[in-house]
Amino acid sequence: MTDHATPVVSMDAITKTFPGVKALDAVQLDLYASQVTALVGENGAGKSTTVKILTGIYFPDGGTIRIDGEPVTFANANAAADAGITAIHQETVLFDELTVAENIFIGHAPRTRWGLIDKAAMQSAAFKLLQDIGATFDPRTLLRDLGIANKHLVAVARALSVDARVVIMDEPTAALSHKEIEELYELVETLKKQGKAILFISHKFDEIFRIADRYTVFRDGGFVGAGLISEIDEDALVQLMVGRTVEHIFPERTPNVAEDVLQVVGYAHPTEFADINFTLKRGEILGFYGLVGAGRSEFMQSLFGITKPSKGVCKINGSIRVIRSPADAVANGIVYVPEDRGKQGTIIGLPIFQNISLPSLGRTSKSGFLRLAEEFKLAREYSERLDLRAASLDQDVGNLSGGNQQKVVIAKWLATQPQVIILDEPTKGIDIGSKAAVHEFMAELAEQGLSVIMVSSEIPEVIGMSDRVIVMRDGRIEAELEGDALSPETLVRHAAGISATQMEEA
Amino acid sequence: MSDTTMAARFVPNRLNSRAFRILRSWEALLLVVAVGIFVLNSFASPYFLNVWNLSDATYNFTEKGMIAFAMALLIISGEIDLSVASIIALASTAMGLAAQYGAGTTELVMIGLTVGLLCGAFNAFFVTVLGLPSIVVTIGTMSLFRGISYIVLGDGAYGGYPDSFAWFGQGYIYWVFTVEIAIFAVIAVIYGVVLHKTNFGRAVYAIGNNPTGALFSGIRVQRVKFILFLLTGLMSGVAAICLTSRLGSTRPSIAAGMELSVVTMVVLGGINILGGSGSIPGVVIAAVVMGLVTFGLGLLNVPGIVMSIFIGLLLIGVIALPRLWAMIAAKRRKI
Repeated sequence: MTDHATPVVSMDAITKTFPGVKALDAVQLDLYASQVTALVGENGAGKSTTVKILTGIYFPDGGTIRIDGEPVTFANANAAADAGITAIHQETVLFDELTVAENIFIGHAPRTRWGLIDKAAMQSAAFKLLQDIGATFDPRTLLRDLGIANKHLVAVARALSVDARVVIMDEPTAALSHKEIEELYELVETLKKQGKAILFISHKFDEIFRIADRYTVFRDGGFVGAGLISEIDEDALVQLMVGRTVEHIFPERTPNVAEDVLQVVGYAHPTEFADINFTLKRGEILGFYGLVGAGRSEFMQSLFGITKPSKGVCKINGSIRVIRSPADAVANGIVYVPEDRGKQGTIIGLPIFQNISLPSLGRTSKSGFLRLAEEFKLAREYSERLDLRAASLDQDVGNLSGGNQQKVVIAKWLATQPQVIILDEPTKGIDIGSKAAVHEFMAELAEQGLSVIMVSSEIPEVIGMSDRVIVMRDGRIEAELEGDALSPETLVRHAAGISATQMEEA
Repeated sequence: MSDTTMAARFVPNRLNSRAFRILRSWEALLLVVAVGIFVLNSFASPYFLNVWNLSDATYNFTEKGMIAFAMALLIISGEIDLSVASIIALASTAMGLAAQYGAGTTELVMIGLTVGLLCGAFNAFFVTVLGLPSIVVTIGTMSLFRGISYIVLGDGAYGGYPDSFAWFGQGYIYWVFTVEIAIFAVIAVIYGVVLHKTNFGRAVYAIGNNPTGALFSGIRVQRVKFILFLLTGLMSGVAAICLTSRLGSTRPSIAAGMELSVVTMVVLGGINILGGSGSIPGVVIAAVVMGLVTFGLGLLNVPGIVMSIFIGLLLIGVIALPRLWAMIAAKRRKI
């Protein structure tokens, strides 16, 4: 672990420019064998671009990539794979209808001498790969029969099947539960022991300090610093990352709740949830906590008119409203910021201003005819309020970073002047700086009399932001907590369905 | 991905000027192609630059073009209707049948439009209510609608339309301008305004780019698609009136294969076949290009089968060229 060892991969003064933006400006990144290097940076710092250059998807405009000290160029993704660099992406593409073994070896399956796929060889190789990373399922299982954590293991096995020397993990824990994350840490240890160089991209500081040996920090496409994790503390790393001190304290608020705005009575769905009863007051932030699969998102989507509930009524300001479609929900002042930004939140292909004005066209237009000036005005008002960072308002929303796309989605809904805003995992996968901005903004909205429902799986966020928390388990409301009853322990206990006495006995 | 000042930064509305966007557009390229073909044609045949010949030549694209506008909206929204030529056959057959019982021009027009609308509603029901893929549904109704015409007519033909009915396909509005080119122009303007200037048009683009995202933005996706199928059916009805009036008779094979010409016209006009982008001016120019090519080759006595080869090459060429150009440019940048 000396600092003088030659890195397996070294990116030297790498520059990449896209039309209008300099994504990377002479950045430096070194990866060493048997070490985990954490790449840290806010959204838009250039992490994804770096990964794409390392894996041969983008070609750098300037700088050198060295492998074992020798300069190389990757003409395409295959060349990078041949050089032993492999990536496990945020959303690795896997094929549900193929078996685990087929997924692992897709594109490079072992062949018989007739040129056909050697199934036996493939299955035994897959079995060995899976065993190495501690997976226990049969390589002949169909992928769709596996849970999300096991699918992740398949993605890892696939990455390792090409005899990788360098493994890139791009936010591998984003979709995993607590237990699954622990398993992933073990896996990283295994990979380290096998001598792999690991690039680990994460927004979560606890895991960076838990598993990384080194860090490299980018900010706005530039190199800021690098070193050993053992020689830096969390505050110093955050400061490097944002270029300013960010103390992540949640905004101080005095809940100023008034009359009931939304009342949900007896909402039920044949399979996803049942017996949902609660009220939401004006100016309140109501947290929804639960494990993945507790039915929170499904319930929110039915409140928003996507799926029809089988039973139950929804009252807004005391009168019963029937919500059959999102259009009905928006008309009644209920809006939903989905967890899946790319698919459900933004409309990639349309410019920013059209994304923002889309649900408000009724107001910006005149008797059905568009008024572009009004649309730009509306988009400008809300994108400035949210400090949107973009080259222009008629830029395709798909060119924005994740955090800025989220701002567009929120801007789109605020522009409709709703009464109730439902935020589904609003800070998932966004950096610590934007996170604080989103939290502050939520507090501001509540202050102004908007009622906020926040679905979140992050305990500090749930406790820090909510006036009241509803815990869901298996599609039902397990508990409603506020004040002193609201603590990390009570949340976890109710979410997992463990009663207090059981906890004490354990 | 820029500097980290904390103040709300100014984001301009647009980076490129309107003129720049127009110059770089597909429509501009297509217009150059149209002018090129026009010039080539005028050199190739001495009969080309005669206004009456040119007036006749507009029949090569007017009927197809009427449907192409509706089809453009449908394709932008991510759907397609391959039954349009068969709707013409069914509408024409219905009109022919009515004419045998002495229906007047007004009744015939009403029948043509109604049959078009009903056929559109039939397609729309299966796609938007039952959620079936439009390409499969309309391949089915393509056989179904024309099949009904064959059952009704067999080997026969309907004729005997009232004299005043001939006005649609054979009449002139003013000087060399035919009734059909006038209808074409009016429809082009209406669809151009609907697609580019109204909330409805914006919804069509949103749905084509991301139907789930459009739904989650409060757009009534299925309702918009239903209306688009109705419109396509209605335009097929209009085209059926014009074509029947021009031919003066109805056979079950009327307009056979026209759906592919319509789709070709739409794609040539720069409408993304996968949905989400394209414009009505593009389709107008594409209609004229196809009309000019057909007319020019006709004047040179080129047989129909060669013409279809030429149209096919034109389509592939115009689509492939920009892509090839981009690939060459990208290669150069790498070296």
